[in-house]
Order: sequence, then structure tokens, then C-alpha cells
Amino acid sequence: MEIPYTIQARPDTGLYNAKLGIWLFLASEVMLFGGLFSAYVLLRVGAPEGFWPHGWLSVTLGTVNTLILALSAITTLLAWVACKVGDFKKFKLFHACTLLLALSFLSVKSYEYHDKWIHYEIHLKDGRIADGHLVRQDDQQVVIEGRIVTDERDLYDLRTQKNIPHDEITLSRDNIVKMENYGPRHNTFTAIYFTMTGLHALHILGGSVVIGFLWGPGSRMWKTNREQFTNRIEVSGLFWHFVDLVWIFLFPVLYLT
Amino acid sequence: MDLKSAIRKCVLVFLAVACTTSMMIAVSFSHIGGWPVKVAAILAVAVVNAFLVAGYLMHLLSEKKLIYTVLIFTVFFFAGLLGLTLWAMQDFPVGTTH
Repeated sequence: MEIPYTIQARPDTGLYNAKLGIWLFLASEVMLFGGLFSAYVLLRVGAPEGFWPHGWLSVTLGTVNTLILALSAITTLLAWVACKVGDFKKFKLFHACTLLLALSFLSVKSYEYHDKWIHYEIHLKDGRIADGHLVRQDDQQVVIEGRIVTDERDLYDLRTQKNIPHDEITLSRDNIVKMENYGPRHNTFTAIYFTMTGLHALHILGGSVVIGFLWGPGSRMWKTNREQFTNRIEVSGLFWHFVDLVWIFLFPVLYLT
Repeated sequence: MDLKSAIRKCVLVFLAVACTTSMMIAVSFSHIGGWPVKVAAILAVAVVNAFLVAGYLMHLLSEKKLIYTVLIFTVFFFAGLLGLTLWAMQDFPVGTTH
């Protein structure tokens, strides 16, 4: 039995099956990310005055990733146009660029995650807090590159503090009450940051696998069924643009506000 | 449709996205208005940015009626999701604290 409208559009809707399918899927994705954005709003507005982080994330790296993703959305579109006009070589070129850009995005994200992973907040017995990046540690002492503060609120708003001094600080383990990195369990901000950007990065990874397949072994369909292959490129492209759209809101919400 | 005109359009969209991104950053680091004004301004620019991607790259400006219908339902439920969350924030059970 042949399934109708897998290639040609249905006359009454003007859509082929996969295109309607991807839009319905994207609608469900809007609700998935919508739930997380709602959670963010709830946590942000519910945070006590002065205890919501500002300037914890690198705006430069966030901007670089925004431009990388915007560029990849464009190469995805151009790959589809190349299929439409029958230029298979250009399709290969544009989608190779998309894959490289996706890899770049994930590399920058990994760097940001690593930076948070080695960043520690260390509570000392005298009530002071040491904050900085881990240099080395052993059974006796911990060495960080950072600073010591007396008020916890000094660690939250980094935007208003100019030229924060960073020195190498050696701390004896006997003086440490609590030592915790800036991972997801650090506070509600890092929890929602890692959840939202992690889910988004998984989408990037999933999209890259699909695009990689269509660029590699899946591209054999170009010889047997050119029109269906072009439809597949369009559908995967729509997913990729959606991932870009999510980042367009994640960037200002997490990095700029 | 030809590749050259598509590339020209894409370059314009990319430049526009770069401009709107710069605007968001500029607003974020500016000293105008309070925090709510800044957030509103940044999100308004983000919406313009999203319109560029959805309208031109996803072809939403010239899409079929059924897709628009799906999106209208999505917007309705998304607004409900955000709205109900905000509503719930003002609706604490008796005897609890914020």
C-alpha cells in the first residue's frame, strides 16, 4: 500500500505529510520550552531582592553563539534552495557549513559549562566566602584564582562591580565549611540555566545527527527520489530554524536580563 | 527562485539579526529606565529578531492556512501556559509565605 501525500502536497491543504507533521511537532516543542520559560519567570520574580545573579554568563560568548546559530540557519536554508534548483554540490557545501557551525556552537557551550564546573564558591569557618576558579587541590589545601568576600550578595551582581580583583588564594581544608561548584545544584539560576541550555544543546545535537545523516548516507536518495529528498531537507531545516528561535529568546533571558 | 537571490536575501537577514542582537546588548548595558523597562525593551527586540527568522527563513510570511491555524492554537496555549503561571504566583494558599 502506498501512503498518499508523502511527496506531493494534498490539494486541499497544500501540504505534504511531513511538513504538517513537523509543524505539529514544533507546536509541541513550543509548549515544552514554554514550560521552562514559565519556570524561569516564576523563579526570577520569586527571588529575594539582590539574590538573582547578574553578569554570571559571558555576553561575548553568548553573542558569538547567537551569530553562529543565525549563520547556520542561513546555510540550512541555502542547502534547501540548492536542492530546489538541482545544485547537489552546493547543497553538500552549505550543509557541511551547517554541521561545522553546529559543532562550533556546541564547543562554545561546552567551554561555558566547563567554566562553571571549575568555578567554586567556598564558605570558610570565619564566615567569609572564597569565590573563584579551581587551580589545584589536594588533601590539605585548595588553591583558587579568585577573591574573598564577606557579604554573599557581592557574588550575585557582577555587572555593577568593575575590575574585580583576582588573585591566587590558598585555602586550608580545615578552614572550609562548604565547597560547591557552579553546577546545576548551586542555586535556582544555575539549575534553570543548565536545564534550559542543556535541553537546547540536546536539540542541536539531535538536529546535527539528522542533518549529518542527510548530508552523508541519506543523500543517496538524491539519485532515486529527488523531490522527497528535498522535502526532507526542508523539514529538517524547519526544525533547525526552530532551535535558532529558541536560542533567540534564551540568549536575552539568561545572558542579558 | 535562484540561489543568488536567496543568498542576497539571507545576507540581509543575517545583518538584520546581527543588528537586533547588538541592540539587545546595548539596551542591556544602558542605564535607561528601570529593570522592568529594560527587560521589556530587550524582549521586544528579541521578538523582532524571532520574526526575521520565522518570517523569512521559515517562510511563515507566505505559508499555508493550515500552518497558521496550528500556530494560532499554539500561541493560545502558550499564552495560557505563561498566563496561568503568572496568575498562580498571586494565588498563594492561605498560611503560606512567598
